[in-house]
Amino acid sequence: MSTPVLYDNPGPRSRRRIAVASVITGIGLLAAVTLVLVQLYQRGELSEAKWGPLVNPYNPLFAAAWTGLLQALARNVYAAALAMVLSLAVGTMLALTRITSAAWYRWAVVGFIELFRGLPVVIAIFLAYRILPELGVELPRVWYLVIGLTAYNSVVIAEIVRSGVASLPRGQAEAASSIGLTRGQSLRLVQLPQAFRVMLPALISQLVVVFKDTSLGFIILFPEVLSFAGIAIQSLDNPLQLYFVIAVIFITINYLLSRLAVYVERRVSRARPTSPTPAGAAPHTEPQPLAGTSTTGG
Amino acid sequence: MQPVISFLGAVVGYFDPVIDNIGLFADAFLHTLEIVVYAAVGSLALGTVVAAFRVSPVSPLRWVGTSWVTVFRNCPLTVVLFFCAFGLPEIGINGAYFWFGVTGLVLYTSAFVSEAVRSGINSVSAGQAEAARAIGLTFRQSMGQVVFPQAFRTVVPPLGSVIIAMIKNSAIVGAFGVGNELFSVHATLVSARGLALIPVLLGVAAGYLIITLTGGALLGVLERKVAIAR
Amino acid sequence: MRWNPMLRVGAAVFAVGLVAAACGQQESLGGGGGQAPEYEVVQDPRFAPGTTMAELSEAGTIRIGTKFDQPLFGLRNLDGQMRGFDVEIAKIISGQLGIAPEDIEWVQSPSAQREDLIERGEVDMVVATYTINDERAQRVSFAGPYYQAGQILMVRSDNQEITGPDSLRGSGARVCTVTGSTPSENIRPFIEESQLVLFQQYSQCRDALGTDQVDVVTTDNVILLGYVANSEGQFKLVGDTFTEEPYGVGIPKGDVQFCLFINQALTEAAGTGAYQRAWEATAGTVAEETPELPELNSCR
Repeated sequence: MSTPVLYDNPGPRSRRRIAVASVITGIGLLAAVTLVLVQLYQRGELSEAKWGPLVNPYNPLFAAAWTGLLQALARNVYAAALAMVLSLAVGTMLALTRITSAAWYRWAVVGFIELFRGLPVVIAIFLAYRILPELGVELPRVWYLVIGLTAYNSVVIAEIVRSGVASLPRGQAEAASSIGLTRGQSLRLVQLPQAFRVMLPALISQLVVVFKDTSLGFIILFPEVLSFAGIAIQSLDNPLQLYFVIAVIFITINYLLSRLAVYVERRVSRARPTSPTPAGAAPHTEPQPLAGTSTTGG
Repeated sequence: MQPVISFLGAVVGYFDPVIDNIGLFADAFLHTLEIVVYAAVGSLALGTVVAAFRVSPVSPLRWVGTSWVTVFRNCPLTVVLFFCAFGLPEIGINGAYFWFGVTGLVLYTSAFVSEAVRSGINSVSAGQAEAARAIGLTFRQSMGQVVFPQAFRTVVPPLGSVIIAMIKNSAIVGAFGVGNELFSVHATLVSARGLALIPVLLGVAAGYLIITLTGGALLGVLERKVAIAR
Repeated sequence: MRWNPMLRVGAAVFAVGLVAAACGQQESLGGGGGQAPEYEVVQDPRFAPGTTMAELSEAGTIRIGTKFDQPLFGLRNLDGQMRGFDVEIAKIISGQLGIAPEDIEWVQSPSAQREDLIERGEVDMVVATYTINDERAQRVSFAGPYYQAGQILMVRSDNQEITGPDSLRGSGARVCTVTGSTPSENIRPFIEESQLVLFQQYSQCRDALGTDQVDVVTTDNVILLGYVANSEGQFKLVGDTFTEEPYGVGIPKGDVQFCLFINQALTEAAGTGAYQRAWEATAGTVAEETPELPELNSCR
């Protein structure tokens, strides 16, 4: 969208007005930032003692702080990867069996989906952590987090897969059945491989959600990055600073993931000039199939 | 018949920790409801403003809007809530933790609302805005009277999902000083008073399901009401 | 691919960080306070077969639940070293089992999860500022107590209004403590529900007190003494302790032999001076006097 549709290309007078508004906004922003910084400075939150261990490589605590932080972060990444793979498998299975199976089974799946869509993900994680051992299933702690995240995300992914398959032109399934493929074969060999391409951006967005949610691992004592922070601030005495660094790390990684999603989106839609839209979506929604499921956060 | 009755009796007995403390559950349920109502209103309003920033002709505002969404969409809610509870007082903003919790939810959710609203704005066909301009409406008039009212209809479904996600997210605020909300009930009853965890946790889960499923149903009705053929 | 300058600087900083982290220059890291004392590690101890002690001693390792984020009692330093009075007590007991400190596996055990960790068998014992009380004794057994704490109030130094728990309700003060802890239950009779603020860690309560977000922090006296000592005069304790909090060693329900063994180890430690050294190296850095070992329970 190079020329704005919402307003005219500004003439000289509006250009002046816009310039004035820009300057005022800019000054307002600067003032706000300055005010915050002054406050923080006065409370000693900008001191070397608080920031040094995190930003100054010569600080004696720097190495230990970052070793701990990166080790913990690696556990978030690990848990997110496991949860994503598992959610993808379970979600696809839910979606496919829902498309193909008997009515009572479809209802059971819909029930499962509605249940876990309505449940906070912390409760899903907590239930996995507390109920599975009661049932005699004892696992390394990371798996309770992964199972909780999977219960929650697989139902979202099931929806993504379902509408991905539904978005394909009918001719694909018809052609498959006309050459004698069963419904299962047609799904597996013809529809799914194409649907996955369309779904890829939505799946990457979901990965952002999963990654953010791994930070809830602290609730079940999984030693991820926020658990680390809770312990480290007792030694470093700089909660604001440490959380700031953690926020920057999460924002950077997730921002890059979203850029990747946009890039993939472009590639996919370039490859298929008539990019299909998910069933039921308005024909001109922007490249973001399933807005709402994929962008609602965790 | 006898075994059925004794089975039912056992089931009811299992949920004694919930039934005996039903008042506590009800209180916490209402409190959570209060939190999410404030947070829903706040995030819809703020998210709309941020969306307006993102399509504004004033470039610093666009920049603010984009950064806002990038920051709050990509940051875990736990971290956002942390900064509300412990960061705001450090810059001289004091208040009740209830409002800090609501603020955290509003900041985080506003990014998702803004994205939904923005894609709604983009879904209003260009001709509408052009026509509005052609009859001499200003930017604010054309946004307020032509584009937004239409955009809101397309964004009802995604906005509904955003709000329902926010309701579920609200389970985390208890960790940041917001007392007596639904998820914290388990800590009060189980850790401090030693009741069985699983029935209590199932009771808490039921509380959230009541809110989210009712919300989902209302949303369905609303969707059908505002649905327009285009 | 062209990198813009910001990215380049960012990448450089990150790389330096990685290298520095990889080199791992070990120094004394955070909040430690002196060298940890050493305790006797019994060589080849003999225990009756089938007891918990025989199993643990045979395995040569023990899983001990403690806090990871409680200065003075159980704190994990940045370099992974465990510090605190609970940690020292645990080392003393393990030593009597013939297990050296480096063979202990520490398991994080926050207040709200201690009984569960014991019941699920994820730990062999819990030493984590664990108050002995009747509700908990229904689910786990306690050896000890090895220390007698008491709950007290901490306020900002300029606060004249609050003098003790009885003045809380009238003043409308906001009172902060930790979710699922004994102090949170003990304080409830003194205040309205709306006055209570609950966090995950006492350090969060302390920070909230520092920014005027709450007026009172309440928990056991020694924990608060540590915060007062580090506050540069910003905080003070008011009133006397108003509860008795005997800290016990949590073990699986009904393991009488193990309980007796732990009590024996504690008694010996008090005799040899190990108990006193453990205190002085940790909580003793802020408390004025070294406690006596309290009278131990009978394990029945």
